[in-house]
Amino acid sequence: MTHAAATVDQMRPPYPAERGLDVYNTKLGMWIFLASEVMFFAALIGTYIILRFGAPGEWAKPGIVLNIKITAFNTFLLICSSVSMVKAYASIQDGDQKKMRFWLLMTILGGAAFVGIQVYEYLHLIEHGFLPSGVREGSELAELVAKGTLPAATMGLYGSTFYTMTGFHGFHVTCGVISMAYLYFTKALPGKYTKLNYGGIETVGLYWHFVDLVWIILFTIVYLI
Amino acid sequence: METAHKRPNYILIWVYLAVLTAAELGLAFELPISRNWKLVLLLFLAVWKAALVGLFFMHLKFERWNLRVMALIPLPLAVIFILAGMSEHIW
Repeated sequence: MTHAAATVDQMRPPYPAERGLDVYNTKLGMWIFLASEVMFFAALIGTYIILRFGAPGEWAKPGIVLNIKITAFNTFLLICSSVSMVKAYASIQDGDQKKMRFWLLMTILGGAAFVGIQVYEYLHLIEHGFLPSGVREGSELAELVAKGTLPAATMGLYGSTFYTMTGFHGFHVTCGVISMAYLYFTKALPGKYTKLNYGGIETVGLYWHFVDLVWIILFTIVYLI
Repeated sequence: METAHKRPNYILIWVYLAVLTAAELGLAFELPISRNWKLVLLLFLAVWKAALVGLFFMHLKFERWNLRVMALIPLPLAVIFILAGMSEHIW
């Protein structure tokens, strides 16, 4: 026995190690990361609530500035991608690599489509004069402000909170799509995930479902209320 | 992998989520009720949907209790954080 090995033996506790959470490290790490993400989005949502209820006037009514139909479709798309993610997870649990690859690809495409639609929504809103700073002068929305359909006093707050919250969420979705695409090409396609080794799929899945969960809340408070 | 639990019906959860989203839209734009009631009901539906995702897609319903506690700890902290900010505004 070498000196190093003997030292390690002496350091080993004379009792079995506690099982703790019984969770492998990457999954535990993801849950801790998600806990920090809850606080991050709580800060954004909390700030939004405080700004909205402390605003010097009425907030724009839902459906006037924002396109609810396209966002509702986007919400449905994200829910579908969450289902396809969990189907990928279930497939690899059963050892079916082919199905897992299919569902993971569907999830990536669903996420990419969500981001694409959000970019289209942003371009559309900016074209109509809805900016993070408020309403652009001479635009279609500026006319609605002049008519009194939209409140002039709170449009700046409305724009800044809308773009901040949906922008940060969109950034998270983009990160998720990139992570899943990375796993798809480096692990899923070469067949590195098996019935006994699917930690990457489960961990990235947790992140993806969290992103879906946050959007469910954001969709309600930003678009519907 | 330590996951060994009865698998939920994911498609059924998906149907619930789709129906609840449709209900939200109907509630927000079609139902003639007061704004405060709309606010309460919409938030209730959003929390219901979020719970479905957390419990069944993130498998919190099937995890060990200590992982569930770890996952839920930030929620009351977030609520305290938001209420503290709101109380600052009110008082």
